[in-house]
Amino acid sequence: MELNSALPGGPIQQRWDKHRAELKLVNPANKRKFSVIVVGTGLAGASASATLAELGYNVQAFTYHDSARRAHSIAAQGGINAAKNYQNDGDSVWRLFYDTVKGGDFRARESNVYRLAQVSVNIIDQCVAQGVPFAREYGGYLSNRSFGGAQVSRTFYAKGQTGQQLLLGAYQALMRQVGLGKVKLHNKQEMMDLIVVDGRARGIVTRDLVTGVVRSHMADAVILATGGYGNVFYLSTNAKACNVTATYRAHKRGALFANPCYTQIHPTCIPQSGDYQSKLTLMSESLRNDGRIWVPKTKGDHRSPDQIPESDRDYYLERKYPSFGNLSPRDIASRAAKEVCDEGRGVGPGGLGVYLDFSDAIRRLGEKAIADRYGNLFEMYERITGENPYKVPMRIYPAVHYTMGGLWVDYNLMSNVPGLFVLGEANFSDHGANRLGASALMQGLADGYFVIPYTIGGYLAQGGLAAVSSEGAEAQQAVKDAEQKIQTLLSIGGKRSPDSFHRELGKIMWDKCGMARNESGLKEALQRIPELREEFWQNLVVPGSGTELNQSLERGLRVADFLEFAELMCFDALQRNESCGGHFREEYQTEDGEALRNDDDYCYVAAWEHTGVGNTPTLHKEPLSFENVKLATRSYK
Amino acid sequence: MNLRLHIWRQAGPNDTGMLKTYDLANVSEHMSFLEMLDVLNEELIAKGEIPVAFDHDCREGICGTCGMVINGRPHGPLARTTACQLHMRTFKDGDEIYIEPWRAKAFPVLRDLVVDRGSFDRIIQKGGFVSVNTGNAQDGNTIPIGKPDADRAMDAAACIGCGACVAACPNSSAMLFTAAKIGHLASLPQGQAERSSRAMNMVLQMDTEGFGACTNHYECEAACPKGISAEFIAQMNRDFVASALGGKG
Repeated sequence: MELNSALPGGPIQQRWDKHRAELKLVNPANKRKFSVIVVGTGLAGASASATLAELGYNVQAFTYHDSARRAHSIAAQGGINAAKNYQNDGDSVWRLFYDTVKGGDFRARESNVYRLAQVSVNIIDQCVAQGVPFAREYGGYLSNRSFGGAQVSRTFYAKGQTGQQLLLGAYQALMRQVGLGKVKLHNKQEMMDLIVVDGRARGIVTRDLVTGVVRSHMADAVILATGGYGNVFYLSTNAKACNVTATYRAHKRGALFANPCYTQIHPTCIPQSGDYQSKLTLMSESLRNDGRIWVPKTKGDHRSPDQIPESDRDYYLERKYPSFGNLSPRDIASRAAKEVCDEGRGVGPGGLGVYLDFSDAIRRLGEKAIADRYGNLFEMYERITGENPYKVPMRIYPAVHYTMGGLWVDYNLMSNVPGLFVLGEANFSDHGANRLGASALMQGLADGYFVIPYTIGGYLAQGGLAAVSSEGAEAQQAVKDAEQKIQTLLSIGGKRSPDSFHRELGKIMWDKCGMARNESGLKEALQRIPELREEFWQNLVVPGSGTELNQSLERGLRVADFLEFAELMCFDALQRNESCGGHFREEYQTEDGEALRNDDDYCYVAAWEHTGVGNTPTLHKEPLSFENVKLATRSYK
Repeated sequence: MNLRLHIWRQAGPNDTGMLKTYDLANVSEHMSFLEMLDVLNEELIAKGEIPVAFDHDCREGICGTCGMVINGRPHGPLARTTACQLHMRTFKDGDEIYIEPWRAKAFPVLRDLVVDRGSFDRIIQKGGFVSVNTGNAQDGNTIPIGKPDADRAMDAAACIGCGACVAACPNSSAMLFTAAKIGHLASLPQGQAERSSRAMNMVLQMDTEGFGACTNHYECEAACPKGISAEFIAQMNRDFVASALGGKG
């Protein structure tokens, strides 16, 4: 299979402009003749649905939530990057581009990243116009802060609720189009399959989560904006319902899955408290602007933190990375925390935690200033742990947070299946092997507001789309397959709940394909996952029926896909014999424990083709070339 | 700790429903309230019973999906705390806990603790936005907004759309929800062009959906997990009256 990434040539600064100029346009009067399905109503999906409807397309939007306002984009706390240079501190489109390519450990496409940096400035303008209440200075101008891994202040924020406010902006734009009749919104519908007709994506199969009705929906193009797959680990900072089903189903229908092993482990999460734990909670990394991270210098020091004098503390990020210190990028900060905990210097129950201490900042700025900046986060921490972070240092530990991998897309954000576009976290394209803080919101909105509205027109204008209907053989078969799968799950009648399988899978993935991986562990995982999947199909129990609101069934269907997808992640992690970004292979590290990339052999996107459940997938490589940012070892020292 | 739970069970929208009692042992004080329900559900599945359906997602208090009345109070006894952020250390061994869905005509029960809040979306559709197409915007700093106005907008915009205000109100009014969106946009220059029609249209939709009127009990403000002030209701009423007197703006 030839991967055509459709990258424009010429100077990188002009590629997007040139490409837009070359894309075919759909005549305004003809746009209403095209219909587009958008699955997901997070930042990427809602912004795409609203914008396409504004342009005149007929949009059908789908969400499994009870409202389009609930997608997990809402939980992003810290902010959104944009190369506005309002702070006059040396930022530029070029610098944001450079930081993102470097931060991604040279495993992203230069052209895509440059475009992302370019449109970042338009996003802020658009959101301000929508009434997103970004933080302001007293003079009335927009406020910025610096954020993990950046040496300029380019992050825009709305208290600690930036994701919420941006999502509500996109949701409101979407609601306006629903009110105008240009978007038909389907709440509480979960995508079960992709319908491919004559090699093109032409529809989806959904299950109504209230009535259980399974049916097909047809269109001229399908957009997936269904988020990431972090919940393959069971415990992650993702919302409970986040799942891989939509993208994995598309993968089974022919879409290549790229770089699935790139997962981001976020350094600042609240440590696990017990076996019943249902999810992990992120504490925004903006906390690292004022909090200092430390552990005791010696192993087994169980004194309470206020009894440990300065001389017995190890501020290990400041020590190891003096120029970035506590603001080191996420992958580096996470691994450093694991390292000190592995040495037995971790704090709290089980020794899986490090301190994030605000006492210096409180002394310097006063409690009120700290409360102004982080009040809601401190409250949340206290609610969960019962400890007051103004008095006692927070305890934090890394947790799965974001997945850089996703369906393979070309420069137009179209997958290798014509007519199937993939936006936001669901695609693989912009963050390489590691995403920088405050860049997920930027990418989701860039894709939805400013990329897809152009590129989908280029596809639709080419024509050649035959009429399709739900009566067609492909649609009927896909509906039948989905119904069959539901019936099978319901009729197993075993003993174990979907959650118990999910927890076990998560444990395997965290141990063997988590923050650090090695060949023997991955091979062990590749043996254990199929065994667990086998047991799942023999011993699962899903109470109730398929024709009602049945949350156990919803989970069972999602876990079934995770059990297949997990294998793909391990295959990918196993073939990548190097360490880069969020992918750390223990065999490939420098003497002082830093990630060791291998640009000679692994400077490519790994795009996997499905070859049947239980079979080894086929690897396709898209070589990456770096013409503008010189390949270099990432150093934050 | 050991608990006795009384939980509303209702098989579907047309079922009458009833409270059912469950004893749950060995609950850890560190569990969240929803994790306690997860444990109960795992026990029910093991016994071959149907687990309790409840809505939830982020479990960080921001998505607004979870919502249940706990011992008569929406989201439970702690102020400014969603059910997912409520932890069991708030309760003690031997407690009896009553768990019910939001109860309001405009929020029909779908199953057990799950209700349909589509009415909120329809209120927003009537004007809870600024009519600006993608690409219309000029530079963000060309609209200076004083910090007090920006902060006020943010205070209103913090609404998570959970519906606790409706569940708390003796009239099942959605005034606080509606006023929060109107207040958010009315605090900003971007929201002025449509300010008058927005208030009129959203309030009319609120009535159409079957939400009750406000009679100043302030239960909504007390129940709101984001602490949104009932002052915004006064502002909404002013905008509504101005719109009614001045015609649609």
